[in-house]
Amino acid sequence: MELILEGIRKAFFLIFTLDAEVLGITLLSLKVSGLATLISMVIGISVGTAVALSRFPGRQLVVSLINTGMSLPPVVVGLFVTIFLWRNGPLGFLEILYTPTAIILAQAVIATPIVTGITLAAIQNLPANLRLQILSLGATRIQTVWMLVKEARLPLLAAVMAGFGGVISEVGASIMVGGNIRGYSRVLTTATVMETSRGNFDIAIALGIILLLLAFFVNAILTQIQQRERPR
Amino acid sequence: MSPGENPAILLKAEGLQVRRGGALVLDIPVLDVFPDQVLALIGPNGAGKSTLLLTLAGLLKPSRGRFSFNGREIDAGRGDVEYRRRIAMVFQEPLLFDATVFDNVAAGLKIRGTGREEIGRVVPRYLELFGIAHLAKRSARKLSGGEAQRTSLARAFVTKPEIIFLDEPFSALDPPTREALIGDLERILRETHTTAVASTHDQTEALRLADRMAVMNGGKIAQIGPVAEVINRPADEFVASFVGVETVLPGRVLSVSDGVFVAAVEGGEIQAVGHVRTGEGVLCCIRPEHVTLSTNVPPPGTSARNVFSGIIRTITPLGLFHRVRVDCGFDLVAYVTRQSLESLFPEEGKSVIASFKATAVHVIPRQT
Amino acid sequence: MKRVVGKGWAASMITLFFLLGMASSAPAAGPAQKNLILATTTSTQDSGLLDVLIPLFEKKTGYFVKTIAVGSGQAMAMGQRGEADVLLVHSSDAEKKFIAEGSGVNRLIVMHNDFIVVGPAADPAAIKAAKSTVEAFKKIAAAGALFLSRGDNSGTHSKEKGIWKAAGINPEGQKWRQETGLGMGQTLNVAAEKKGYALADRGTWLSLQQKLGLPILKEGDPILLNVYHVIRVNPAKWPKVNAAGAKAFSGFMVSAETQAIIKTFGVEKYGGALFFPDAGKKEDDLGK
Repeated sequence: MELILEGIRKAFFLIFTLDAEVLGITLLSLKVSGLATLISMVIGISVGTAVALSRFPGRQLVVSLINTGMSLPPVVVGLFVTIFLWRNGPLGFLEILYTPTAIILAQAVIATPIVTGITLAAIQNLPANLRLQILSLGATRIQTVWMLVKEARLPLLAAVMAGFGGVISEVGASIMVGGNIRGYSRVLTTATVMETSRGNFDIAIALGIILLLLAFFVNAILTQIQQRERPR
Repeated sequence: MSPGENPAILLKAEGLQVRRGGALVLDIPVLDVFPDQVLALIGPNGAGKSTLLLTLAGLLKPSRGRFSFNGREIDAGRGDVEYRRRIAMVFQEPLLFDATVFDNVAAGLKIRGTGREEIGRVVPRYLELFGIAHLAKRSARKLSGGEAQRTSLARAFVTKPEIIFLDEPFSALDPPTREALIGDLERILRETHTTAVASTHDQTEALRLADRMAVMNGGKIAQIGPVAEVINRPADEFVASFVGVETVLPGRVLSVSDGVFVAAVEGGEIQAVGHVRTGEGVLCCIRPEHVTLSTNVPPPGTSARNVFSGIIRTITPLGLFHRVRVDCGFDLVAYVTRQSLESLFPEEGKSVIASFKATAVHVIPRQT
Repeated sequence: MKRVVGKGWAASMITLFFLLGMASSAPAAGPAQKNLILATTTSTQDSGLLDVLIPLFEKKTGYFVKTIAVGSGQAMAMGQRGEADVLLVHSSDAEKKFIAEGSGVNRLIVMHNDFIVVGPAADPAAIKAAKSTVEAFKKIAAAGALFLSRGDNSGTHSKEKGIWKAAGINPEGQKWRQETGLGMGQTLNVAAEKKGYALADRGTWLSLQQKLGLPILKEGDPILLNVYHVIRVNPAKWPKVNAAGAKAFSGFMVSAETQAIIKTFGVEKYGGALFFPDAGKKEDDLGK
């Protein structure tokens, strides 16, 4: 359809001329979602591994909560984070509402349960006696956890990809907590929504294509790593 | 005796108990492991062999009890790293890491912070020892069952453990692979003078590898001692059946004379040696290796005091020899070589003379 | 729970907070409270006027303006909660209430644009012949012609409801009326797609006009005037608001220079001004 072709043409134009505004938006998207994914990796892999390896009363409930968290509607997360970050809200003193930091925070909240849940499943799927085998080789508790995480590295990589995918494409929370401020907290997804609402469909499609390309390249790199290690 | 008094004992456990869901799954009042010896644990599934091994390796926290290693008490609960670095354990599954064979075998050394150079010197030696040197660069995912278990063993031995625990290491392998590996392990254990505690439910494996044997049942040790002793003088009926005594006859002592007594069993009378009293109930255990079959009644000068005539009921080939069940009024099982069998009694239904010595009868007081 | 965290954990957390700090803007020299939260409507932002005015204001005063474009309803709600410093909205009735309840102070008229009634060229309800906008709406209802409403409590939506009220018609639940819940541009696109009538602000319509194919059928009626006011959120009620910034912005919007820019905005691009500057005038005097 003509509109889509127009959008593709516009996308190439914006990319090849390195349009400053679009470049800025793209880099911000990458930075924000990248940081959010990094945070979710650190928290998610730690918590997921910890829960997978321990037994404590109420563990079943915790696992259910983590699994439910994987389906948290991003828009609901955005709403709650906004309420917390309001000037007069409990975290208002941080003054980070309508900043990229707030977007990173909201996206981290969205991605963390995803990474945690998949990590939990991956670690639990390791052979039951592997942990004991590692301990019997003289490993300390920390060495043991590290080696188990290494053994599960392929599904953990998938977890990170899932977390990144969830936030690079997120728009509801990003608009709410970021404010979509030009040149400051506007990212690819929020810009796309805005251009669509203004009726500038060609620009919206172009931004959409750029977002897809961005997601594709990031995942291509991660997939390369994953497939290199694939069992043949 | 407190730990530390007798250095000749490498590992000493006292009052070990493990509870799972309220039930007592391991109950070992005392257990000694001597250096430079192999102790085999045999018993049916659920006897507690794995639980005992894990506890002694410091990997499972017992509900109560303590044990000491080389005279030093090990905090059984906290599983201290220092102790774990002096032992090694091999499981039924190889549990290899997603890496090359070389990296797997080097794992224990890397954990201890050994330098790359030294790893490069030590690991190839052990790869050689276990016959997997040609697989050094191969990914662990591409190994056969036997190759994987060899890797697991090499990984355990390379750290020069003072004691090694093996939990049915050959159960998952097919017989020819198992054969080869048992032979290699036996040789390596002796060459390296490694103390080992190994569990198995294959009696032959125990016989080949072990110096001492413990028969476990329901979490307890039913009998422990030198292999020959447990095999030939089982302490109770359970042990007897487990160690391969094929003929167990309940009876009652009729008369005793000078250490030799006559017991009435269903279908006949048996002469045996033992400290019994008339009227006492006994179980007479006769190992099939101790029963001789012949075509004629042996001459009166023979020392075999038990001679019975009977009919061959079944002949079952069992690898190197045959299992012959003879009906002498009671069932008597004998192991006879194929050659002997063929030259004497080719078929079932034939009559035969079966004999065994009075000293071959192992007597267990019968609990009623 | 077992302790699985170690040295690596602390290092990661520190790196994290450092990166987080980098991600947010570092305030430079300027006014004490640099951030100014301006709550306005999507149609105001979509017109592009703010893209011209805000940078001027920022350069002049050193404030960093966070333009949060939402529906009128949400903009005023933000003001009511003290989560915005200054409002630029166009919903007279709601604004008056806002001032009366003490949420806002110093309501100044800035400019106006007007609404227009657009619809399919064929004009099935024959509203072109209607004598007033109210009558046009009555005709649409009578004909049961498709009408697209924004339905999002925006200024446009309020204006629309006001006209229905004046026409004595209850628009809720009517089969011929559909609420999109979307912004002005999108609602116009839906109306164009479905060949329905709609109430729109001239600015948005002008910017989409070439692609839309939805001609103006009714305009100029006083009731169609869309008057913009700048209102400062009451600092007495909400001490945390940037009162100084709000005052500066308010003054800026009614200043002569700004008013001149407003007057010429859009002429080059669309062939007509999108807004009409009104600073100093009284609302009731407009359109007469």
